[in-house]
Amino acid sequence: MTTATNAVDAPEQTAQRTVRRRGRAATKRRSKILTYLGLTVAAIVAVFPLLFMIFSSLKPDAQIFAHLGTLKAFLPVGDLSLDNYEGVFERVPAGRFIANSVIVTVAIVGLGLIVNSMIGFAISRMRWKGKNLILSLVLATLMVPFETIAVPLVFWVAKLPSIQWAVDGFLLKQGMLNTYQVQILPYVANALAIFLFAQHFGDIPKEIDEAARVDGASWWTIYRKIVVPLSGPTFATVAIITMLPAWNSYLWPLMVVQQESMRPVSVGMQYFFQLNPVWGQIMAYGTLITLPVLVIFVLFQRSFVQSLAGTAVKG
Amino acid sequence: MSASRTTAPTRDVGARSSRSSAARKEARTAWLMSSPALLLLLLFLGIPIVLTFALSFTNARLISPNPPAFIGLNNFIRAFSSDPTFIRSLTNTAFFALVVVPCQSGLALALAILVNQKVRGVTAFRTMIFMPVVTSMVVVSILWSFFYEKDGLFNSILNTLTGGGWTAVAWLNNPGTAMPAIILLSIWQAVGLHMIIWLSGLQGIDPALYEAAALDGVNGWQRFRYVTWPGLHSTMVFILVTITIAALGLFVQVDVMTSGGPQDATSTLVYHAVRKGYREQDMGYGSAISLIFFIAVLVISLIQRRLTREDD
Repeated sequence: MTTATNAVDAPEQTAQRTVRRRGRAATKRRSKILTYLGLTVAAIVAVFPLLFMIFSSLKPDAQIFAHLGTLKAFLPVGDLSLDNYEGVFERVPAGRFIANSVIVTVAIVGLGLIVNSMIGFAISRMRWKGKNLILSLVLATLMVPFETIAVPLVFWVAKLPSIQWAVDGFLLKQGMLNTYQVQILPYVANALAIFLFAQHFGDIPKEIDEAARVDGASWWTIYRKIVVPLSGPTFATVAIITMLPAWNSYLWPLMVVQQESMRPVSVGMQYFFQLNPVWGQIMAYGTLITLPVLVIFVLFQRSFVQSLAGTAVKG
Repeated sequence: MSASRTTAPTRDVGARSSRSSAARKEARTAWLMSSPALLLLLLFLGIPIVLTFALSFTNARLISPNPPAFIGLNNFIRAFSSDPTFIRSLTNTAFFALVVVPCQSGLALALAILVNQKVRGVTAFRTMIFMPVVTSMVVVSILWSFFYEKDGLFNSILNTLTGGGWTAVAWLNNPGTAMPAIILLSIWQAVGLHMIIWLSGLQGIDPALYEAAALDGVNGWQRFRYVTWPGLHSTMVFILVTITIAALGLFVQVDVMTSGGPQDATSTLVYHAVRKGYREQDMGYGSAISLIFFIAVLVISLIQRRLTREDD
């Protein structure tokens, strides 16, 4: 409302300024449009296969093929139903696969948080001979891809004992194959997690320990009552970076779990190809095992992305 | 980072001995706290590494009544002289890495610069571009095998775009297109991860440098060349090494999509190691291939580290 009165004061000057400003604004707008164009293309390329999967899971096979090559393939249109999802549970023990993956993932993340934070605490806050050697050895193992040791590890775990639950208590059995243990234990101790814990625990002022020691607190108490409660974000970070590979693991369970009832979700996928594949069901199963991860990711997007990026820079 | 030193000058012998007993106790507790992780690392990493070396010089089989016998370098000689699939796997792995490493890291950098712009809604775009990363590679592979079928999505789209003039190709059944098809999906799946890593590198560059550059009146390319790129050096080294290691370990896509075929066109070192060492139960030979894979990873990442070392 007041702009009109201002403009009257020095019409020529204002006009010049407006032209210049408009010129700058135009370049800015053009670069903004280009940015949005690039972002949109990238987002479409990233998301279209997932949209295709989710929407195809709601369609009968005939319609999936009919929609191919048209925009309908990426839209929830046509005879939509949950039939494919019903089919998934009829065809394979999908509930069992999902439960197995949940058990294994929760155990890997939970045990990993305890075990790796304890050694991280010992390395970063306690004085003992050998800790520097241990830390260097742990970091060196980051250079060994799991694929290198996978084949000999099968040979080895087939000889390791496993604990069995029996009616009359626990008993030891020779061979770890086809158990939850063999899917969990190799992933619990994690060099990257140890490194992250050691680094973040080291940032907490050491004076706290000394004060607590004077008050007669044991190292275990300092760990449990002081350092762990102060390190929530670090625990979240480690949980995130260990959760994804645990849920998605494929090569290892493929080799060590033959028994159908012990298999995780990713290996369970194979069962859909044993007879004639029903693509709608395959898409439904894929959606079923992907959607929970996607939802968790979108909800915790910020900490998720930050933790992965932060790990990378420090790693 | 010095180890424990109890050199505090003190005349009180009693205090010193109580302090050293406290130090001993501290060390004992530290070992106790470290032992679960160390035991697990020893059992599932240390021993298997030693086993990889040991087994690769034997004729061990997964299930066999006979104990493994030492056969010297025979497994390695066999790999390089009488196993064409191994040679093919080696060259396939190298080809895959040579294409994926520059394409993926370059594309990821371009995307990172794009999502580093301060525009409204950019977080939503970042989230979407990152989605394939959290999707399991098995699901991705199944999905894309469907796209690559003869009556699949890609052929249908190409057919629509060319107005019916496209001859459908079964991408994964053709030795010439199978590996490029796997490369495309591999780049698609992981590019978001490396975008985020580049992005954190970009955001770590001091804004004052850009202000100084703006005062000097540099153009967009100069700003990238003299401010952004040098500021990304450590990020670049990290990305290069991790993408290379990941690329050399190519397995899941091959196992799910092509089983190494057609005509070994997509067989890789890890795939061959698993096929020989596990599926055909030839543990000794499988271990030898794993060891060759490991040496390749080690040598290449050492070379990369040396080449990208900053000369200052």
